[in-house]
Amino acid sequence: MTARVTGASEFDYFLDDEHEALRSTVEEFARDAVAPRAAAMDASGEFPYDLVASMSKMGLFGLPFPEEYGGMGGDYFALCLAIEELARVDSSVAITLEAAVSLGAMPVFRFGTDEQRKEWLPQLTTGEAIGAFGLTEPDGGTDAGATRTRAVLDAGTWRIDGTKAFITNAGTTLTRLITVTAVTGAGEGGRKEISSVLVPVPSPGLSVATPYSKVGWHASDTREVSLAGVVVPEANLLGERGRGFANFLSILDEGRIAIAALAVGLAQGCVDESVKYASQRQAFGAAIGTYQAIQFKIADMAVRAHTARLAYHDAAARMLAGKPFKKQAAMAKLYASEIAVTNAREATQIHGGYGFMNEAPVARFWRDSKVLEIGEGTSEVQRMLIARELGLPGT
Amino acid sequence: MKIVVTVKLVPDTTADKRIDPATKRLVRTGETVLNPFDEYAIEAALQLKEKLGAETTVTVVTMAPERGKEVVRKALAMGADDALMLSDPGCEGSDVMGTAYALAGAIAKNGFDLVVCGTQSTDAITGELPGALAEFLGVPGLTYGRKFEIDGTTLRAERETDSGFLKVTTGLPAVVSVTKSINEPRYPSFKGIMAAKTKPTTTLSLADLGIEASAVGLGAAATVVVDSAERPARGEHAVVKDEGDGGKRIADFLVSRKLL
Repeated sequence: MTARVTGASEFDYFLDDEHEALRSTVEEFARDAVAPRAAAMDASGEFPYDLVASMSKMGLFGLPFPEEYGGMGGDYFALCLAIEELARVDSSVAITLEAAVSLGAMPVFRFGTDEQRKEWLPQLTTGEAIGAFGLTEPDGGTDAGATRTRAVLDAGTWRIDGTKAFITNAGTTLTRLITVTAVTGAGEGGRKEISSVLVPVPSPGLSVATPYSKVGWHASDTREVSLAGVVVPEANLLGERGRGFANFLSILDEGRIAIAALAVGLAQGCVDESVKYASQRQAFGAAIGTYQAIQFKIADMAVRAHTARLAYHDAAARMLAGKPFKKQAAMAKLYASEIAVTNAREATQIHGGYGFMNEAPVARFWRDSKVLEIGEGTSEVQRMLIARELGLPGT
Repeated sequence: MKIVVTVKLVPDTTADKRIDPATKRLVRTGETVLNPFDEYAIEAALQLKEKLGAETTVTVVTMAPERGKEVVRKALAMGADDALMLSDPGCEGSDVMGTAYALAGAIAKNGFDLVVCGTQSTDAITGELPGALAEFLGVPGLTYGRKFEIDGTTLRAERETDSGFLKVTTGLPAVVSVTKSINEPRYPSFKGIMAAKTKPTTTLSLADLGIEASAVGLGAAATVVVDSAERPARGEHAVVKDEGDGGKRIADFLVSRKLL
């Protein structure tokens, strides 16, 4: 009998019909259209424009945005479900969607003026264009004070100089917008005043480097971005002047739920692959799945994926209900990313030598998993946030 | 123009199928999905609608128990306008003729200019329904279409055969069945999924269609499953090691078995 693998559907008491229909649609797309390509995409590092086009047609880039801006009128939870199902088979495609929505379009939706929303959202929510966000710099990520990029307002224009590092979706042929954080002056107490500015692509003085050679996420477009005297209109300031970093942190709060969903997808993918392999691979006259050493590993992996899923569903439910969710989002991101790494390690172990071969899905999962503990707030940052939410002294 | 697409609920195509030894019928209790072949029929109908404009409607029709609503909803999410569901315990056990007879009743009641079917279902795999449907509806049936177009009331189609294709023409109304080479079915968008909620699904009984219970169901089946058995384990086989002439040797082997 073929082993049956079940993923998010185990948890569907929480999903209404529409969310479940979306989840199963994306599951089918991931299984039929993405999975067969994942190994080749990982090997070539090529950005999958055709898959992105299919995802655009399915409306995935517009999931959490209202219809008046070209969106699907869904919610953030719908986006998370789509990201989880994609990540079950391929993290590169999942992070491309996650970054395009949470980092590319969401800041414009949350903090943009009417004009900015009307200009950018219809193209971003339909996936016709992709936006990126540049916060991290070669010499500083979490540390806002280390921001060196400067934007100087002069005669109605911003002149921007600086470098941004590890920017997802910065260099695709669909990229039309990079929002950057930059020092725009001195704030209270000598602190740097940091603001966000919309930089259209292309712009004179804006250049993106060749893609990084990364450990994982090979088919995701990640590049360094240089700004040398880039000039944009004063009206391109996104949100209030001096609120650039703070606004971005609030974007990250919800982005963490999406990254948790991505990590859960990867953790579930490890379970899927391990169940399949353990049912087929023979050793000592029986499938290795008949041995408790393997059974227990896979059972533990499934428990971890399931509990991490509960954590992100809870954070998403709180967010949609308008309740505080900062702590729960940090917990979900921290836990899901760490168990994704654990599951990937265990899945690779179950696959033995085959698991160490690059074309094995679990080998890819293993390489793709590590960055989950780093990107969009490291595990250490999540712990800091949780400690702060608990009201510990010194936080 | 009224387009009707027939769809069927089938067991999950990734799961093993099982035949109940007592009833000799396929076990249908597991997870069910929209017959994958029908997605091509829906896509073909939707593309036609997009070309012909808003006057054109696409109605999906199915014979299924209540849980078939899931399948109907997917068709609606892809873009069909409404659905007819023939849901009647009397239909249970219908063979392909009974099914075609009952569906023809539902389609005739709805009215149609064109009926689009998938080539076959993944469970019974008879491929006979489109032909039988055309017969019961009393209209031309063009099966195995890999391409078709409508010009006024003329239907032009290319029918796949084992050795090539036939170009055929007929007038509407008609029934066509389409193969997998006709298009690439779309995935429902989230907007489509949300819209499907409010699209009308009409549930019909045999009585609504004026069909007597004796005409359908297991009792009326013209075919009887006499016996079923597990697929035997793979027997004698030959391994051809390629030493430059592998292709020829495989061809010779197939010729010797009269398979080529």
